[in-house]
Amino acid sequence: MAENEGKEEEKKFSIWDLPDVPMGKLPPHLELQRTRVVCNVDAPIHTESIQYSGAYASMGVDNSLRLDHFSNNFRVEVVRLTEEVMEFDMIGIDAAIANAFRRILIAEVPTMAIEKVLIANNTSIVQDEVLSHRLGLIPISADPRLFEYMSDNDQPNEKNTIVFKLHVRCKKGGPRFTVKSDELKWLPQGSEFVKDSRSATSSSNSKPETYTSFTCRQDSLPDFVNNAPGPKYLDIITAILGPGQEIELEAHAVKGIGKTHAKWSPVGTAWYRMLPEVVLLKEVEDDVAEELKRRCPVNVFDIEDIGNGKKSATVARPRDCTLCRECIRGGEEWEKRVALRRVKDHFIFTIESTGALPPEVLFTEAVKVLEDKCERVITDLS
Amino acid sequence: MEHGTFTDHSSATFSLTEEDHTLANAVRFTLNQDPRVTFCGYSIPHPSDARVNIRVQTTGDPAREVLKDACQDLMLMCRHVRSTFDKAVDEFRISNPVKEMNIDSKK
Ligand code: SF4
Repeated sequence: MAENEGKEEEKKFSIWDLPDVPMGKLPPHLELQRTRVVCNVDAPIHTESIQYSGAYASMGVDNSLRLDHFSNNFRVEVVRLTEEVMEFDMIGIDAAIANAFRRILIAEVPTMAIEKVLIANNTSIVQDEVLSHRLGLIPISADPRLFEYMSDNDQPNEKNTIVFKLHVRCKKGGPRFTVKSDELKWLPQGSEFVKDSRSATSSSNSKPETYTSFTCRQDSLPDFVNNAPGPKYLDIITAILGPGQEIELEAHAVKGIGKTHAKWSPVGTAWYRMLPEVVLLKEVEDDVAEELKRRCPVNVFDIEDIGNGKKSATVARPRDCTLCRECIRGGEEWEKRVALRRVKDHFIFTIESTGALPPEVLFTEAVKVLEDKCERVITDLS
Repeated sequence: MEHGTFTDHSSATFSLTEEDHTLANAVRFTLNQDPRVTFCGYSIPHPSDARVNIRVQTTGDPAREVLKDACQDLMLMCRHVRSTFDKAVDEFRISNPVKEMNIDSKK
């Protein structure tokens, strides 16, 4: 498809009208089409990325990607980095791969989340299933890399489960009580609920059988000595109790991925946008310049004095452009003044972590997941 | 799983389970970038099946090898992305030590 695209362009331009293009270089209009999305007033054009290696073979241009070429051109620039949010520019990569990272961040980087809730008592007005669902969505601050996945026939043990206890009661005659996520208390020794022991063997055991089989206390493991697992935010409201009401439950958190359920997604969201490019196609001066500056809601343009009382517009902050197209509306003369484009291989990536891992670690984990996928296919094929 | 013919190894369809657009689209990109590939594409036969079919037709090399190379390329690209990213984060930390201190004090 990419090849046809190239040929069509060729037909429109007679080769004799074009200035000489050195071999190995694309003429400007094709280069523009290859590297930019052009946002016209009605719709964007050239949105596809031209992937086929031989797309420009007839012009002596090799469109294939060699690793050394990629390595030399690929750049990352961090713009903002806090505990929760990270913004960075990823330059010199195709959308297919940038998008793979985004999809993996949302759906395939594991975290810990509450999956099983054992309810001993719940007299609040929140139904058991609703309460369990709410608990599941609380972000758990625990490094998922320290845990294993629990499959259907696994016993919950200290390597795959974190147990929390929640036991709250609202005093009779008192005011209503709001149950927040800080009431979830970590049980490093595992479940405290004793399994219904109908079999005679369990009575001979010294330790009663519970819903988990921990071989040691989790807080004796070096990984948890200084960072006890718990809810990331302590002020998430889970239920409100009226006087005399009570909740007693145990919540078991396990490792999972966002594909299974969104509660395991490690990011609030992760997204990217292509770098906007705003180009003034001709000098914009005086009143028109003022008008242009006024039109832009995010203040992309600035006005410069160019001497003898004349003023001209400049593009000062193209990165802020939201592509609202306000500056090219209102007739052809506006469309001829400003060109709005997006750079196809420059991605402004933003990652909002929910708290289990800092955003920069999430990204490295996501890249590792993609590597693992490739490896799996390679071993499958060998 | 590979679906092809015994006589012609240069074209085949590979059926990968437990994969989706994430891998298939990225691999299609690296396949497309390989000059030995004359055609490649992928499809997801049914949205509720976790399965994706990748079609590869080459100029003569075995499709299986070409697909393997494409995965290898993708993996190497990922490695490079990871190291570049880590370097960029480190550089950012060095050039913004004040901000970094604020983050630590919040912990
Ligand atoms: S598209 Fe909108 S945001 Fe971008 S420069 Fe024009 S008016 Fe400003």
